[in-house]
Amino acid sequence: MIRFTVNGRPREVDVEPEMPLLWVLRDELDVKGPKYGCGVAQCGACTVLVDGAPVRSCVLAVSKVAGRRVVTIEGLAQGERLHPVQQAWIDQQVPQCGYCQGGQILAAVALLSKHPNPSDRQIDEAMTNLCRCGTYARMRSAIQAAARKKG
Amino acid sequence: MLGVHLSARGQAGRGEVNAWVMVLPNEQVIIRYARSEMGQGTMTAAAQLVAEELECDWRRVRIDYADSNEQLRRKRVWGPMSSSGSRTIRESHQVLRAAGASAREMLVAAAAQGWGVAAAECRAANGVITHAASGRRTTYGRVAAAAAKLEAPKQLALKPQADWKVAGKPLARVDIPDIVNGRARYGVDTQLPNMVYAAIAQCPVPGGRVRSVDEAPARGRRGVLRVLAMDEFVAVIADNWWRAAQALLALKIDWDGGANAGLSSAAVQRELAQAFEPDTAASVTKSEGEVDKALAQAPRVMEAEYALPFLAHATLEPPSCTAVVKDGQVDVWTSTQDAEATHAAAAAAAGVAPENVYVHRTQAGGGFGRRLAQDYTTQGVLIAKALNGVPVNLIWTRDEDLQHDQYRPASLVRLKAGLDEAGNPVALQCRVAAPALKDVDATAALADQPYTIAHLRIEHAVRSSAVPVGYWRGAAHSQNPFVRECFIDELAHAAKRDPLDYRLALLPENSKERPVLEAAAKAIGWRTPWPQGLHRGIAVTEVRGSYTAAVAELVLRGKKIELKRLVVALDPGRVVNPDNVVAQVQGGAAFALSALLWGEITFKDGRVEQSSFGDYRVLTLAEMPPVEVLLVPSGGFWGGVGEAGGAAVAPAVANALFVASGERIRALPLKKAGFDLS
Repeated sequence: MIRFTVNGRPREVDVEPEMPLLWVLRDELDVKGPKYGCGVAQCGACTVLVDGAPVRSCVLAVSKVAGRRVVTIEGLAQGERLHPVQQAWIDQQVPQCGYCQGGQILAAVALLSKHPNPSDRQIDEAMTNLCRCGTYARMRSAIQAAARKKG
Repeated sequence: MLGVHLSARGQAGRGEVNAWVMVLPNEQVIIRYARSEMGQGTMTAAAQLVAEELECDWRRVRIDYADSNEQLRRKRVWGPMSSSGSRTIRESHQVLRAAGASAREMLVAAAAQGWGVAAAECRAANGVITHAASGRRTTYGRVAAAAAKLEAPKQLALKPQADWKVAGKPLARVDIPDIVNGRARYGVDTQLPNMVYAAIAQCPVPGGRVRSVDEAPARGRRGVLRVLAMDEFVAVIADNWWRAAQALLALKIDWDGGANAGLSSAAVQRELAQAFEPDTAASVTKSEGEVDKALAQAPRVMEAEYALPFLAHATLEPPSCTAVVKDGQVDVWTSTQDAEATHAAAAAAAGVAPENVYVHRTQAGGGFGRRLAQDYTTQGVLIAKALNGVPVNLIWTRDEDLQHDQYRPASLVRLKAGLDEAGNPVALQCRVAAPALKDVDATAALADQPYTIAHLRIEHAVRSSAVPVGYWRGAAHSQNPFVRECFIDELAHAAKRDPLDYRLALLPENSKERPVLEAAAKAIGWRTPWPQGLHRGIAVTEVRGSYTAAVAELVLRGKKIELKRLVVALDPGRVVNPDNVVAQVQGGAAFALSALLWGEITFKDGRVEQSSFGDYRVLTLAEMPPVEVLLVPSGGFWGGVGEAGGAAVAPAVANALFVASGERIRALPLKKAGFDLS
């Protein structure tokens, strides 16, 4: 058994230790927010937070998260109260198809927890997830807006 | 999911005023959306048009997909269900507004009848009907049942745009909250009781088959339930998708590539080039004046050949289909751009009557034309059929997606212009070598080019190959505007004229290309001197009834391009949701830049050579240049938006790159000429 928390809830799974966290979340625990986009850590649609840090769950063996805290897009809001980054995403009308956006939002949350007022360069360096619809300009504005609100 | 399952079966229930509008007793208004939402925002925009005429309270509107099974039973009451060719608004606006207006009239008539007054004396606003003379008021929810029994009005007066309150406004998209909180369910996310998962390997060679498969390596692996060897693919079924995919990798599959085992990009190029050999047939799509004579007499002739590659869609949500085939009935959950096509494919694959098929629509993780094809629906249903009532969720890997797409066709275009003494074109001959695609004019933006050129002959020589081709955001408009606007640029530079002035001089006074060109040029300051080392290019085109111009500004260091700024002007006639239109232009620019810089699918030994975002690169946030979008709607027409945004961007960048480097890139992507972003 591998034990960890997902969005604050303790979970235990009996799976191969090398199974990527993504497929444990999606197919064993029905947590579908993290998406499959490439399977080789290129696109970042599978991004989740592990102990607050963004990781690409499609290449992270589930054994590596034993005893750790996993947060997915479903666990970001507090009840109906959205995280400031989620609210900024709505205010700026960032998503188009939305498939990558859960991962993007989590990457932005991690960035802002490390750099509350990120420079353009810090945004460039942290936001490496792909968006095929090209919502990048609005992501940048939403991050800046969330930073202003927090600051 | 059970709720969704059932509700899709009985839409024509209480409260339906007409096929598009339901009003519930609690005043909730449900607007049906027939086409698809894949990020282009038209689910919201379509509902805005209905709501505008309906005079309902927008805050009480919910949008439901119209059901394809009911569509069948109700004689296609919703009309086309596909979102393609930027048609959702440009071809449905009349129907949508009329549906709202008709429902409003029926609701008002029902209230008026109840009061025994003339409907003309009553007024509707925000879902409330009032009779001013008597001071009576009622709500849509209270009269909806009575309204549903009335005849639909024959004559409808639609509002002038000046009176719009809901349409034309930058309302928030209805589907964004669930995207942001993680509740949105895409096709891949479908979860049903007792569902199993399928991973798939298709023959790497187009048209090839499975010769044999050794199933032994999959046997006994944890969670693996079955190996299915079909004609054209092998699927592994397991209790978890990763387990299925791992077992599939372990299998030894012997493929029979068949006739196309030798397919290569070089062979496709040779096939295209044959279109230019003497006496090769071509259909003439435009002919004006006497081209041959004018070319023979022109003091100067310029020729060029442009080559555009195969492109994959690479939607971030890979192809996927969840299906159950049970008791002669098929249920399918998938991200689709065309529910009716999905419906038909599911019926055919299962061998059941279409009346017994139910398509459950999901949020679609991008489309760009990929989800018009139904290959993955067919596979999902074939697998489900073999599983006899067990629900199965089929998901392709990214490799499968890039290697089994229906690609934007490669094309080869030759142009020949005869120039007068001043360097203006008097004759243009152009032949496009490309496959034929249903409903696509391969010479679009060439046959209907906007410049005043007295003698024209534009031709399409159909050259097909074994490569499966399909619709890629903009179709021929993702190709020919590049060719035309780069060639015009060549002519302008040859004439030593300013590329903007050269174009303006060739455009008729009333041409819709002029205002967008001028708007983009003004915004970037084209007429004022710009710093040395900064290079600019410009381009303009019509796309799906909209007009767009772009100016690109870049700095070049060696072969490294730094895109400083893009300005894109768009005139779509009327704008239903301006914020969403801006988003489409921004996204369209990114889509076009990826293709321009790196986009290329190549074939070797029958197989696609690309397999991931590593070798099929798409733009990242850090690489995205600032894009300034200018909406300059001139009214009076309804142009498409989803495909227009990027069409002028690629030629504008290539034209700027010519100024910067002196190199005219006529074969895309730019990486083939050694260029990349800095």
